[in-house]
Amino acid sequence: MLAWTIYISFLGVLVLMLLPRDDARLARITALTTAVAGLIVALMGSFQQANPAEIVTITKCAWIPTLGASYYLAADGISLTLVVLTGLAAVAGILFSWNIEKRTKEFFAFYLALIGGVYGVFLSFDLLLLFVFYELTIIPKYFLIARWGSTRKEYGAMKLALYSFIGSHLVLIGLVATWAVARTSLGHASLDLKELAQATLPLEFQKWAFPLTFVGFAILAGMWPFHTWAPTGHVAAPTAGSMLLAGVVMKLGAYGCLRVAMVLFPEGARMWSGTIAVLAVIGIIYGAGVALVQKDFKFVIGYSSVSHMGFVLLGLATLNTVGLSGAVLQMFSHGIIAGLLFAVVGRMVYDRTHTRDFGELEGMGLSRALPFAGVTFVLAGIASMGLPGFSGFVAELQVLMGAWKAFPVAAVVTGIGIVVGVAYTLRAVQKAFYADGADRTNMTHGAHALEPISIPERLAAVMLIGVSLVVGLYPSVLLNWIEPCLSSPLFERLLKGGAL
Amino acid sequence: MNWIVQYLWLIPALPLVAAGIIAVSKQPHRKLAASLAIGSMGLGFVLSLMAFLATLGHHGEHGQFREVYNFNWLQFGGQWLQLGWVLDPLTAVMLMMVTFVGSLIFIFSIGYMAHDQNFTRFFCFLSLFAAGMLGVVIANSLLLLFISWELVGLTSYLLIGFWYHKPSAAAAAKKAFITTRIGDMGLLLGMVWLYAQSGTLLFYDGGKGCLENDALVRMVAQTAATGMAVTTAIGLLIFLGAVGKSGQLPLHVWLPDAMEGPTPVSALIHAATMVAAGVFLVARVFPLMEVTLDSLAGNADGLPSTALQVVTWVGALTAFFAATIAVAQNDIKRILAYSTVSQLGYMMMGLGVGGVAIGMFHLITHAFFKALLFLGSASVIHGCHEHQDIRFMGGLKKFMPVTFLTYAIGMLALAGFPLFFSGFWSKDEILHAAHGWSVSHWPFYLGCAGALLTAFYMTRQVALVFFGSYRGGHSHSSHRSGSDLKSADTSAHSKEPHESPAVMTVPLIVLAACAVLLGFLGTPWWPAFQGYLGQHHGSAGGVVPLMVGSTLIVFAGLGLGWWLYAKRQRKTADEPDVLEVVRPDIFALLRNKYFFDEAYEKTVIALHAWFARACDFLDRWVWGGAVMLVSAITVGLSWLYRATDEFVVNLGFDAGCKGIRQGGDGLSKLHTGRVQNYLRVIGVALVVLILFLVWGRKA
Repeated sequence: MLAWTIYISFLGVLVLMLLPRDDARLARITALTTAVAGLIVALMGSFQQANPAEIVTITKCAWIPTLGASYYLAADGISLTLVVLTGLAAVAGILFSWNIEKRTKEFFAFYLALIGGVYGVFLSFDLLLLFVFYELTIIPKYFLIARWGSTRKEYGAMKLALYSFIGSHLVLIGLVATWAVARTSLGHASLDLKELAQATLPLEFQKWAFPLTFVGFAILAGMWPFHTWAPTGHVAAPTAGSMLLAGVVMKLGAYGCLRVAMVLFPEGARMWSGTIAVLAVIGIIYGAGVALVQKDFKFVIGYSSVSHMGFVLLGLATLNTVGLSGAVLQMFSHGIIAGLLFAVVGRMVYDRTHTRDFGELEGMGLSRALPFAGVTFVLAGIASMGLPGFSGFVAELQVLMGAWKAFPVAAVVTGIGIVVGVAYTLRAVQKAFYADGADRTNMTHGAHALEPISIPERLAAVMLIGVSLVVGLYPSVLLNWIEPCLSSPLFERLLKGGAL
Repeated sequence: MNWIVQYLWLIPALPLVAAGIIAVSKQPHRKLAASLAIGSMGLGFVLSLMAFLATLGHHGEHGQFREVYNFNWLQFGGQWLQLGWVLDPLTAVMLMMVTFVGSLIFIFSIGYMAHDQNFTRFFCFLSLFAAGMLGVVIANSLLLLFISWELVGLTSYLLIGFWYHKPSAAAAAKKAFITTRIGDMGLLLGMVWLYAQSGTLLFYDGGKGCLENDALVRMVAQTAATGMAVTTAIGLLIFLGAVGKSGQLPLHVWLPDAMEGPTPVSALIHAATMVAAGVFLVARVFPLMEVTLDSLAGNADGLPSTALQVVTWVGALTAFFAATIAVAQNDIKRILAYSTVSQLGYMMMGLGVGGVAIGMFHLITHAFFKALLFLGSASVIHGCHEHQDIRFMGGLKKFMPVTFLTYAIGMLALAGFPLFFSGFWSKDEILHAAHGWSVSHWPFYLGCAGALLTAFYMTRQVALVFFGSYRGGHSHSSHRSGSDLKSADTSAHSKEPHESPAVMTVPLIVLAACAVLLGFLGTPWWPAFQGYLGQHHGSAGGVVPLMVGSTLIVFAGLGLGWWLYAKRQRKTADEPDVLEVVRPDIFALLRNKYFFDEAYEKTVIALHAWFARACDFLDRWVWGGAVMLVSAITVGLSWLYRATDEFVVNLGFDAGCKGIRQGGDGLSKLHTGRVQNYLRVIGVALVVLILFLVWGRKA
């Protein structure tokens, strides 16, 4: 059933391409219907899956038998979490792009193609298939930014595309090498992730193949110092684009790190976990530091994403159950919260005021002109700071608890990052919304009046805040999926250790 | 299990629901908002009273009533993480104090905020705060405590910045939140560590909790990296959270600035309840703080644990330093703010030297008289048309008699005027315990000096505000305005100060009564309060000489203040302070709060800003530069390739092509299509052939 998330999305692309060119409304409704259908399928499929610990096969048929490649879609608890996230982000993104007038149907076609690819990555258990879907997401990303973006959009789009390609080529080298090495140890060609995870790959091989594959994926997860695509890409992208970039595309990278690099090379992961932890902690503090001095509202959120993804990587580096489950929960949580933050900055503020410069925003008294945007941003900011009640708290708490066992010093230093996180969020809140504007009357009345926040925006904002709250107050709703599957055979060698 | 234990969650849930309803209802429903908020607090007080009654009489195994209710929250690496609440004397006492003082301050706020256009938002935030604070109080899990703790911090931020259009309020709110968050990081790390060590975050869990004997025995035996016991290290990290919240040195800087919020907020949050949460936290985890190898072995004479020693020293130093700063301030609320910092120091010291009961006793009495003082100052500010500078006041005694009388009671309680005021009894307990502290006598001396200063600066304040003649009304140039939202109706008032309405004075009277009566619950001869909190120390001996001593100190402070400020009233507002004339250098140091803010500005904040800018530079130029460099090299190479292509590869190819084409051209000349040419060539060829055949053969 879950496979239909992919098919529906691509079907949506097809339908959109057949629509008349100048009917923007029809295009929007088609896109929204597709995304909502995808979300419903994702939710139904996820809650139907009786045992999230198991890898439940959805479809499996031979694809290229000589290579051992098959069309193999399956899902376990981690996939379910991220599939649901993708569904939510997709719907929210479309609601926040309701005002796109320029080439509407093409925009949504690219958008849905990206979503389809993302669903595909999260559901693939065949390495070649996973890689194909992974590559498939790069093209729509490029066009979304280069055509509908702002602020050096060609530069941002090109940078993102090149970084993605470099990353995926590192991954490709790793995968080809794995295929070759595993063929000798398994006795037959295979690209089945479950099978490869059981193959004993030589230690020497893991030692270099792990960093290659991990870094390849981690580039997309915004790992310091390969993060520089993220801020420029986010800033250049249209609102829905940055929502998807932060919301799901960065998760593709983190997911690949966990699902492919760490599962295939558990010994390699153990060898390199210290290095990853150091890079992750640097990313947390560094991203927060840079966010503190930005003048552009969207750059603040862009760098905060780098900082928050550092928590995901730190969780991965801990190599214990608590840390890993924290990492996966943080992927979900950041996807929701960062999406909301970008929506406020890009859609609610920038599309109306046509500026993201704090100096100019300070004079506008936006909390009066756009009270809904102000309250939404405060709530999203609270969630982003990791205050209890929202999903970020549980995730960061788990990561810290995991890190305390593995790298106590890293946990302590991360504390500094959290404090700086509070500082840059409050700074942004006050500068953008709660600074006293001299000409605030102009913004609420008269010719310069800002268009009020529309219904689709309200709907999407309430949905995202609601999800973050539900997960924050009752984390078991996701942890019941994530936790059990970390004790499945797939992760056994990674977590139990010493199998070689 | 007692039914009240099971339903204890109702107490914080009521204000939470009230806050939710106020938040979603429309702006103009002022009555609804206020009555919901006050109703939920009142109901909370009734429930707290019932909870309190339940704790009387019944006794658990350790002589103290303690019942818990725990439930699973989430699964964490194979085990359930539990949350829960606990009802014991500590909880009951705090519940009653918070709900009672809270209700009074809520009622007072109706009058104080009457003209504010964001009246409903104010009550929404207040209720939210109450929910968080009551959550802190009932929590039986460090995690639940932390969650509520953060909610409290957040609402404190929202309320300090309530008048966010004032830049100073917005800055103060940010400062408060960030400073307390620094402390909270300690608490968070302590919590993570505690969980890693004990596997639970429940305080009490039928023998399995982290404050119970099994866990403590396990933890105290282990040593952390620096050689101290794990319990000490965890205790210190948790204490860091308390330092942030309770405004202890060196994180006290946010509390005086927090006075930018509406005054009822200062009374409730920054005097009576939230800032006391740090003290409460230390009291709650006291078993963890006090445990040492000695105490477990039953050796009561051993030195107190390192954690408690740190608590004592921090408390004593804060008590003294904040009191010195208060001497030189002119803002009526700032004097009270530094006094709060100082009194919180006393509470910490009381916990450190004397245990839970002594620290908590001062917490409770202080909550009442400090709330009284803050509400009194709110009444003064309200009556003086939003002026806060005591140099512009004076003579208010005759304009506001009720405020004056109640304020005087609060001031005498704070100063520790003997026998009839609660502050005397609770402060004396602390000094008595400090006197007998086995580590050092210095906390005792600092405490005595602080007591002298307290009596002095409070007399100064009261003398300047209520005695002499009114100095305000004409020179408005240099005053600090309270809320400019209210400035609109300021002009409507007459220039004379006026007494506040009954909705404001009645809470003052009730609080004043409590400020007197509460003291009698904890005298050395009838220590009902201490006994209730489970501390039986029978040594009333040696108390009397000490009491006489501290009485003399208080009288010295009162007399000095009276002599310097009331006997010789300043005539105009612009006159320098008496002390300023004597020692301008020291006075300037005190007025500028030992330059703490400036020092932090120059060090911590500058370092931070520098780091942030360095990262930004790195990102913009180094990493960005590297990317640009790579792309420049790639583009450069591409140009090079193109040039090679054009001039080397293509040139050869072109040359080859040219050769072939020229060859073709040449050959094509042969194919002219003219028969004459062909015949000519054939003719010539034939001749050549014949000649070749004729002569070639011979040769």
